[in-house]
Amino acid sequence: MTLPLQLWDGLLHSLRKLGAAILFLIEILKQCPAALARPKLISQQVRNSGVLSLIIIMTSAFFVGMVIGLQGYDSLSRLRQEDILGAGVALTLFKELGPVVTALLFAGRAGTSLASEIGLMRATDQLAAMEVMAIDPIRRIIAPRFIGAVISVPLLTAVFNAIGILGAWFIGVQVMGVDNGAFWSQMQEYVDPPDIYEGVLKSFVFGVTAGLVAVFEGYNAPPTAEGVGMATTRTVVTTSILVLIFDYTITAYLL
Amino acid sequence: MGWPTPASTGVRWKPPESVTADNLVEVSGLRFGRSGRPIFSGLDLGVRRGSITAIMGPSGTGKTTLLRMITGQLRPEAGTVKVGGLDVASLARNELFDLRRRMGMLFQNSALLTDFNVFENVAFPVRENTRLPEALIRQLVLTKLNSVGLRGAAGLMPAELSGGMGRRVAMARAMVLDPELLLYDEPFSGLDPISLGVVLRLIRLNNDALGLTSIVVSHDVAEISHIADHCFVISEGRVIASGAPRELAESPSELVRQFMTGAADGPVPFHYPAPDYAEQLLGKPQ
Repeated sequence: MTLPLQLWDGLLHSLRKLGAAILFLIEILKQCPAALARPKLISQQVRNSGVLSLIIIMTSAFFVGMVIGLQGYDSLSRLRQEDILGAGVALTLFKELGPVVTALLFAGRAGTSLASEIGLMRATDQLAAMEVMAIDPIRRIIAPRFIGAVISVPLLTAVFNAIGILGAWFIGVQVMGVDNGAFWSQMQEYVDPPDIYEGVLKSFVFGVTAGLVAVFEGYNAPPTAEGVGMATTRTVVTTSILVLIFDYTITAYLL
Repeated sequence: MGWPTPASTGVRWKPPESVTADNLVEVSGLRFGRSGRPIFSGLDLGVRRGSITAIMGPSGTGKTTLLRMITGQLRPEAGTVKVGGLDVASLARNELFDLRRRMGMLFQNSALLTDFNVFENVAFPVRENTRLPEALIRQLVLTKLNSVGLRGAAGLMPAELSGGMGRRVAMARAMVLDPELLLYDEPFSGLDPISLGVVLRLIRLNNDALGLTSIVVSHDVAEISHIADHCFVISEGRVIASGAPRELAESPSELVRQFMTGAADGPVPFHYPAPDYAEQLLGKPQ
């Protein structure tokens, strides 16, 4: 097969998959009311996806915050503007790094877990058994996990932002000697509600993306060990690329 | 202890008369293929209410595919699969789910939910499909577990069960909503003789005691012949023989006899088609 034909074939395959993912999302959304009527299932998934991701999110956030604090201090001190470090860190975290890094970490920790769990259920006929028992796997298994991801990512982003700011404060104020009052007051001065909304919107979109990719890949994984492994890998790769594309798109739209 | 037969179970039993009268499952003119390879090319069969019907045939003949069509997980390319007079492929999703509530299926690998213990696995279809109070669910589940001899294993996780115990739990789960039709996909594969005997006996006992209709897909000709009322042998997309197990063993068809006796060579050859052995070994140009 020639290269143009291969590219065409790849494009068609991607479009077919995109169509299937959209139809899958519609199917999930149709089952969401029934899933939301069972809050215990949702809270269980928020725990599995969200609470169990807290350690990696908090640790990463603290170090990311420290790095931004350090780099920010280095750049701002050249302009003798160290006092606005708090505002710079907060804007960077709220608008960009918080939602993006959280989504990428979520894809690596919870997305892979979701995809492999669902893929294994498919491989061991657990989903087929549910269908035969007149239980819709989309309603019972997929929708609660999807909703769990959509709830978890914004909450984890909020935690990431808070810990990140603490990391930056620690480096900026405690280590580098930026004035504590200036750090917080400048943040209050320059961070407006629309900056927060931008981050919230992004984290919600990334939550939908990460959740959808994980459950879609898991649900459609070939029922083999290799198939589940591939689905897990695709979950991370696809989520990461989509998150970065959506991040640029939303930023460009809102600016 | 012999294998349980309709007479030995002590349950009132009406012997099958004909596979065309009073059928719960009717398959007619079924055509289906995968990746361009035909699996069924005009399959016809009927499963009589109250009977145990064995579906047998060489590997890859589509026995499991047939079960998936009966449960509506796959749709035929042509022909119909009717259960209780309903064309499965033409049902809307909610109608299909209503029909499935009247069925149970035991999967080859048991397909137990690995995060739930035995009790919760059996309770799962009840909790999801009914609004029964917890006390009643408990009684129902323990009754079913008792019927398969695993009431004492209610707290175990699936990973702690042997293959035979897993099948019995799956059987209890398949029966818990008192279905009309119970489908068994290779229920004996990988079982030790004792577990095999237990599962075999349970299929017969439950079928008779609960008035079920059972379809058993199996390779274990000798074992299934002891409990089946009627057998179908499928090969190359069609039913090549049907009848009582004893009739099949005396079939004039060499293929059916080879299958029933497990002969290594016959119409299904031992050797995959290959060039001449001597020529290939001696390296003569082909």
